[in-house]
Amino acid sequence: MASLNVLVAVSLAYVFLLFCVAFAAERAGVQGRAGWLLRSPLVYTLSLSIYCTAWTFYGAVGYAARSGLEYVTIYLGPSLVIVGWWWILRRLVRIGRSYKVTSIADLISSRYGKSNGLAIVVTVMAVIGVTPYIALQLQSVTASLSIFIAAQHGSLAESGDAHAAGLWISVGLALFTVLFGTRNLNVNERQHGVVIAVAVEAVVKLIALLAVGVFVVWGIAGGVSETLARIDASSLGTWQMNGSRWAALTFVSAAAFLCLPRMFQVMIVENDDERYLQIASWAFPLYLMLMSLFVVPIAVIGLDLLPAGSNPDFFVLSLPLSQGQEGLAMLSFLGGFSSATSMVIVATLALSTMVSNHVVMPIFLYLRQGGATQSGDVRNVVILSRRLSVLAIIGFGYIYYRASGGSGALAAIGLISFAGVAQFLPAMLGGIFWRGATRAGAFVGLGVGFSVWVFTMLLPSFGPGAALSVDTFANGLFGLGWLRPQALFGIPGLDPTVHAIFWSLLLNGVSFVLVSLMTFPQPLERLQGAQFVNVFDHSGQTRGWQASVAESEDLMIMAQRILGAREAQRLFQAEAQRQGRGDYLPEPTADFLQRLERELASSVGGATAHAMISQIVGGSAVSVQDLLAVADESAQMLEYSSQLEAKSRELSQTAAKLRHANAKLMQLSDQKDAFLSQISHELRTPMTSIRAFSEILRDTDGLGPLEKTKYANIIHVEAIRLTRLLDDLLDLSVLENGQVTLNQQSGSLVDVLDQAVATAEASEARSIAIKRRRLEETVTLHTDLDRLSQVFINLITNAQKYCGSDTPELQIVVQRAGDSILVDFIDNGSGIPVASREVMFEKFSRIGAEDAAGAGLGLAICREIMTRLGGNVNYLDGTGGTAFRVTVPGRQALAAQ
Amino acid sequence: MAKPGTPLFLERGSYRQRRMMDAVKLIAILGAGLWMIPLLWPTAEPGTAQAVSLSQALLYVFGVWWFLIAIAYVLARNIRDMPEQSDETEAM
Repeated sequence: MASLNVLVAVSLAYVFLLFCVAFAAERAGVQGRAGWLLRSPLVYTLSLSIYCTAWTFYGAVGYAARSGLEYVTIYLGPSLVIVGWWWILRRLVRIGRSYKVTSIADLISSRYGKSNGLAIVVTVMAVIGVTPYIALQLQSVTASLSIFIAAQHGSLAESGDAHAAGLWISVGLALFTVLFGTRNLNVNERQHGVVIAVAVEAVVKLIALLAVGVFVVWGIAGGVSETLARIDASSLGTWQMNGSRWAALTFVSAAAFLCLPRMFQVMIVENDDERYLQIASWAFPLYLMLMSLFVVPIAVIGLDLLPAGSNPDFFVLSLPLSQGQEGLAMLSFLGGFSSATSMVIVATLALSTMVSNHVVMPIFLYLRQGGATQSGDVRNVVILSRRLSVLAIIGFGYIYYRASGGSGALAAIGLISFAGVAQFLPAMLGGIFWRGATRAGAFVGLGVGFSVWVFTMLLPSFGPGAALSVDTFANGLFGLGWLRPQALFGIPGLDPTVHAIFWSLLLNGVSFVLVSLMTFPQPLERLQGAQFVNVFDHSGQTRGWQASVAESEDLMIMAQRILGAREAQRLFQAEAQRQGRGDYLPEPTADFLQRLERELASSVGGATAHAMISQIVGGSAVSVQDLLAVADESAQMLEYSSQLEAKSRELSQTAAKLRHANAKLMQLSDQKDAFLSQISHELRTPMTSIRAFSEILRDTDGLGPLEKTKYANIIHVEAIRLTRLLDDLLDLSVLENGQVTLNQQSGSLVDVLDQAVATAEASEARSIAIKRRRLEETVTLHTDLDRLSQVFINLITNAQKYCGSDTPELQIVVQRAGDSILVDFIDNGSGIPVASREVMFEKFSRIGAEDAAGAGLGLAICREIMTRLGGNVNYLDGTGGTAFRVTVPGRQALAAQ
Repeated sequence: MAKPGTPLFLERGSYRQRRMMDAVKLIAILGAGLWMIPLLWPTAEPGTAQAVSLSQALLYVFGVWWFLIAIAYVLARNIRDMPEQSDETEAM
């Protein structure tokens, strides 16, 4: 039929177009053009759409026709994961970019101490889990082809033809993947050709499915409301849902979205910019929503219109065909073809990276032990191993497809695969969120989960009597009733899929946690664990290598073999520049080794890169000391900064103190100047009169005896004044220097006051009425009584001299305040102006200039004495007159009682 | 606990950003909750009339989907110019 030929021609043209697009993108990428497109969030989002495989394109309708709305759970899970990108994806992307992770196996192995054993386990599990899925894609393409043929010929095509078609498709896919997928060794560098081809296919499959949907809703059913009515009227018409399936499938699809190697490849490894996640957080759910929007209408109309017994998996194709819409059917075929091929290409790429990095390269290195320093380009080996892995994986898929004979509903196979890869979830999430997760825990968890999955899901899927005997189904493994594959632990009645998902993930998670709790991680594991879990805190480098033994030349040779001569030279030169070593090879510092390891890791995976460097450096790379040093580093930083903070606080305090001291010194200097000028003035005045009068006495003849006596008297008085002044000064200086010796003795306050009052009254002409309450004054003191008396005398004479009242009166009040004794001298004068109070205890300060007799040292001496005695004297406010309070410290008072 | 050296309070703009991030974190939980509501619906059993019809279920599930996409879009636009920062700082 012409139509079939047209189909083949269109398909070939489409494939040719894809090759051209990929080729153009590759060229543009090499020349650095079209970066806005190649590295855009749109292309990133579209590349995520490889989640929607042929399983979605064909299988979803079949799924809906069989189980109603349940198909939608497969898209709800991923929508939730990407809408909640902040929780997991952001962290994964950051880790992937910081540590140049190449695959999910690389992530898990790097996290658990760069363990290659773990990487091999994950790789093998991924291959086993994904191979059926690849087979599924081949099956769906060949089956869709045969539906076309059947529509033309009225009968199904020969199965040999389908197999041949499957073979040719496999060869074509392998060719494409090898051509465009293995150009760069560095996995983190995007394979532009593949990415663009995948993006184009994503658009094609979306348009195809939407076109069929629009045709069904508006072309056949006649509008939205009619469609809804037909949906309700159909056999699927009411909500029939097994709740546990709804929840379990949503969960497992979310888990698979994170764990599928191909999703990890496009989402984490090839992510250029974390901000793409923000765009994808709404754009990808939109894509998924559009992809599943018309599934139910197509299923319902298909069930309505197509003859009973037709395969609902291919309603998308057979419905337009039955309506004679061959163009639409062809578009639909291209959509399915796109879904299948893009998935196979990316999945194969991701798996081949894992296989070559974690299985082939370690074996190669092992076989050529110590040969890492040999010259010769290892890149060819890596690329060759990757290409062979591509061929092998597609070959596996084809063999599986031939062996399974294309049986089984698409959805069932897809779910088995999902549940298989979901077993990575505990180890992965535990690794990035929990520092306590250990390698042993990951091993055991993965092993247990995978075994349970194989036993409860993979093997039973072949049907009773195929992989597991009928007897095993009925009575359990080895006849143990609690080991029945669909009723573990003797709990029957669960849906088999839910049963398998529940038990495999539960046992996986529990054993992972338990073993992690019980085992002790190795230093490198702890180091990596801290780095991964705290990736947002310090994306700093892991210090690991003790590099003194490493030879730069060996490193250079090895790096050239992996990265290529030009790239390696560029790296080494940049490092030499950084170290300031000019054109020489750089010192192999720990930092540099770390960077080199990361560069290598992006090509051959973390574990292999680690192994290669350790071949040259030799020995264990990390010791507990290093680990502690790393931990200490941040603690030290914190401590250092807090020390700095404390120091700066201390400095500012010291500066304030210094400023204060400086001010005081300045003040003291001023005081000293003032003192000197004051004292010279004070000394000069009496000296002048003494000189003048003594000159008169000497030079003037004929002075009468009366005059002589008068002048001699003046000289005498001035000399006395001078003596007193000098006495006071001497007294003050002795007190100030602290050289005074206190003559401690016991006595009553009453006696001291009596003596002081008597002395004061004798010395001054002006009298003042003194009021005392002798009863209160009967306090025994133990102090220097003479000095205390000196203070009292001074205060009393001050009152006598300066009290401005007409009937001067002085009140002496004694009271106790706690341990101290307060003696107040209160007169009824006018008080002391506020401005003067500040300075009246300073030397030579005089209140009012009317009386020049005093030198202004009295109060200064009083204060000095009281300070020596451990007490104080100050001005007392609010008494109406001038009042001073002498505080005699209680120690002296108490000691006497 | 805020780490030493990180501010305890933020100015208005940064405060809004933080709340946007809170919303981003919560939206997935909200979505999961909304999509698990169908588990509460009565299932079709012979003789019961109040089972939810498939078209209603369809409208509900896709309605929630649109809703989440719309919120995610708004949030993504609002935190597009978000400065690079650690997520462990707890300043409010």
